[in-house]
Amino acid sequence: MSLSDPDKAVVKALWAKIGSRADEIGAEALGRMLTVYPQTKTYFSHWSDLSPGSGPVKKHGKTIMGAVGDAVSKIDDLVGALSSLSELHAFNVRIDPANFKILALNVIVVIGMHFPGDFTPEVHMSVDKFFQNLALALSDKYR
Amino acid sequence: MVEWSDSERKTIASVWGKIKVDKIGPQTLARVLIVYPWTQRYFGSFGNLSSASAVLANLKVANHGKTVLNALDKAVKNLDGIKATYSELSQLHCNTLNVDPDNFRLLADCLTIVVATSFRSEFNPAVQATWQKFLSVVVAALSSRYH
Repeated sequence: MSLSDPDKAVVKALWAKIGSRADEIGAEALGRMLTVYPQTKTYFSHWSDLSPGSGPVKKHGKTIMGAVGDAVSKIDDLVGALSSLSELHAFNVRIDPANFKILALNVIVVIGMHFPGDFTPEVHMSVDKFFQNLALALSDKYR
Repeated sequence: MVEWSDSERKTIASVWGKIKVDKIGPQTLARVLIVYPWTQRYFGSFGNLSSASAVLANLKVANHGKTVLNALDKAVKNLDGIKATYSELSQLHCNTLNVDPDNFRLLADCLTIVVATSFRSEFNPAVQATWQKFLSVVVAALSSRYH
């Protein structure tokens, strides 16, 4: 389900609106993911505190959303843009790619909560597609 | 058998109590049809679904959204017997309606998103976890009679 030009425009506009709240959204989404899908905690056994709002969760949420924001700016070539991150996830952290859609759902939930007026069904569709393409790009180097 | 803590039971009842079915039902079904347009295959008789605004304005979609969401009431009132509660509905969706059960998951996700957007900060992580646990039991029950 490739991204059309209107999809790309929608995602860019939403990210521009999200602006600096991206860090907050990332932290919240990650916290929710760890709470709602406890199996995802298995990847973070090295963290001291996995509760929503904890230091490690906030920091990593910010890291993730930073990378997502970067991907938005390079939306015309997600596979290229995410090449080294894909290698990291494939060979280093080795996250099961099924988890990318779990995180995506939680990011979408948080965006909907913070921007209820902007997150119309059409915007939701483009964002859902974007995350699907992002997940595909992130899993590109797995095998 | 699914185990529900007292706190989970209270949370589910509380969330359900605050859901305005007439508003959330239509919004949720519309979102499913717009975000996952292949789901429109099941609604050939519903008329104009050709654009997001058409779906949102479609009265058949709105009414069916209410029907679908109202059906959750049975599960809320019978948390310890959800599988049995939906046995017939499961058979209906498999044998008569021929609905791919993956669609139940899509609907559950859209419902969670609509509820979150509506309740906002009240829908905290613990509430979301309980709500999604509840919906996953409903989804499993609806899939249980598929063959």
